[in-house]
Amino acid sequence: MSAGVGVDLENLWIRFGDFVAVRDANVNINGGDFFSFLGPSGCGKTTILRAVSGFLDPSDGRVLIGGNDMKGIGPNKRPTALIFQNLALFPLMKIWENITFSMEIKGASAKERRKRADELLDMIALPGQGDKLPSELSGGQRQRVAIARALCAEPDVLLLDEPLSALDLKLRQHMRTELREIQQRVGITFIYITHDQGEALTMSDNIAVMKAGVIDQIADGKTIYNDPSTAFAASFVGENNVFRGRIKRVMGNEALIATNRSGELVARISTANQGRMKEGDEAMMFIRPEAFALAPQGASGDHFVTARVNHEEFEGNVFNIFMEGEGGKELKVSIPNLGQSFEDHTGQNITLEYETNNAVCVPAGELAAE
Amino acid sequence: MPSFLREFFKRNGTGMGSLMLGLVLFWTIGLIILPQLSMLDFSFRPNLPPPEIGGPKDVYTLENYKYLIYGPEGGSQDYNAVDLKVFFRTLVAAVCVTIFNLILCYPIAYYLAQTKGNHIRIFALMLIIPYWINEILRAFALRIIFGETGVLNNMFVGLGIFDTPFDFIRNDIALYAGLGYAYILLMIFPIYNVIESLDRNQIEAARDMGASWAKIHQRVVIPYAKPGISSGCTMVFMLSAGALAAPQILGGPSSLWFTQLIYQQFNDNSDWPQGAAYAVVLLVTCILLVLAVMRLFKVNMGDIGK
Repeated sequence: MSAGVGVDLENLWIRFGDFVAVRDANVNINGGDFFSFLGPSGCGKTTILRAVSGFLDPSDGRVLIGGNDMKGIGPNKRPTALIFQNLALFPLMKIWENITFSMEIKGASAKERRKRADELLDMIALPGQGDKLPSELSGGQRQRVAIARALCAEPDVLLLDEPLSALDLKLRQHMRTELREIQQRVGITFIYITHDQGEALTMSDNIAVMKAGVIDQIADGKTIYNDPSTAFAASFVGENNVFRGRIKRVMGNEALIATNRSGELVARISTANQGRMKEGDEAMMFIRPEAFALAPQGASGDHFVTARVNHEEFEGNVFNIFMEGEGGKELKVSIPNLGQSFEDHTGQNITLEYETNNAVCVPAGELAAE
Repeated sequence: MPSFLREFFKRNGTGMGSLMLGLVLFWTIGLIILPQLSMLDFSFRPNLPPPEIGGPKDVYTLENYKYLIYGPEGGSQDYNAVDLKVFFRTLVAAVCVTIFNLILCYPIAYYLAQTKGNHIRIFALMLIIPYWINEILRAFALRIIFGETGVLNNMFVGLGIFDTPFDFIRNDIALYAGLGYAYILLMIFPIYNVIESLDRNQIEAARDMGASWAKIHQRVVIPYAKPGISSGCTMVFMLSAGALAAPQILGGPSSLWFTQLIYQQFNDNSDWPQGAAYAVVLLVTCILLVLAVMRLFKVNMGDIGK
């Protein structure tokens, strides 16, 4: 497979009247990458997709596909194919006509189209379904037809606008694997829009986390999860416990933070912020529920947290302990269930410990809404 | 009692249900089917003075239908060329009006249905308000516009486009414009209704796959809008073929509309059976034509109701 065609956004601004939907986005998407824009609804991710597909003109800045400026090139002339959130299959056309619509436009004969449709139907594991109407297929099958229709156009870049959101959980998880497989097989660039961090983490080579029109962080999934650069990215991707405070001392890449409620705690400054945080700065520290371990009663120090347990629950693979946390939010701790005995701590104060490397310090900022 | 009727009464109660059912039956049977049947009956009887009605001469006959085809007995021509010519000209003109209306109204309906915003409501109101004015006044207004010394002729002559006034009325242009204008709402709204429910993403999907606007309409919008288009076309065709006021007011002196012949038979000749026969022929021909066209374009009767 060739390296694929990359997509670059350069200083991209998109405004609707006074409203800024996308603010100065700079993204380089490598050819052949599975790239996700991840963010809550209304953060501007769909707007970016529409700008790449050509349905929307940037107010400022450029969209480049394969290094070529796309200004003035309409959606029907771009080497992109878009899969819509509601799929937008043509209800009155048979499946094979739907799939090969792009060939019909180029004037291919019905015989050629039929042949190509059968190949694609085999690829998406729906052989022999070409003569049905979209309404006769299930949600997951329609999903695959939409993918086949987009691939039939042989685009350099496939754009997907939350295409899995209408499916039930089981099917959604199955389609994640399938989408990733298809992407690796055809080797073209996929740009995927989602608000589901699970989808973004499992499928993507790289992820851009977006908030209110601004791209907070672009990195691979592991980096975003383990080394978030903003409070938003830390709180939006995965579950996280937040501790607010002020930096008391910076020691290399670590910081001692005077937290509002839990005394002085040590944390690793996230890579993007190293060298940029100093004494006295307002900071936030994030520790994942699974990064805590129970510590002996009364232990104290800069990597121990003591709090009162509100309630506990047993989830099967983990025991969850919910403790009094900051600002009305509970502190959540997940202890893996390895068959050990587990006593009920409700109402008691318990002490937890963590490794410094698992506590991430970022500048104070807006958190993701629950 | 069939289950849908039982369901109907259960939902509306016996009293209200009977009232509603009774009114609907009165409307369809009492006001539409029975009068039409009596017209059909008339059309097969000779035109007799009142004392002889029900007498020995009052027998069923095909005379009235023969008259449309062969003309008066012992007439100079083999066929009733005048009336037949009017009949076919009316049908062809009604088809032309329908096609013209479709071409005019489809883009308007598409625009109304696919554009969001308040100005669309104002646009729709501007289409509707002229219909508060009665049909005859509207027809006369068009006469003023198209007349020999009318607004259009004054403008064209004033601008030097025409040397002498053009006779829009004698050339039936005023008539076609009047008929077209009379029924545009009946064409626009059924199409608008259907296109409004078309998912915009389908248009964008087709565009994204490289389709031109013409192709998008041909393959996506028009097939989807087919029920609305057929419903609009049926209404416009039926009503234009059956129109009376517009041809009376806007038609040229030499060009009769078939309905005018029917009117003459009823009114001027007091020949109700003859008029009824003409009316039945017009109705049946129009229905057959509509059914044939629906078959040609693979439209179901159920679609028309959409």
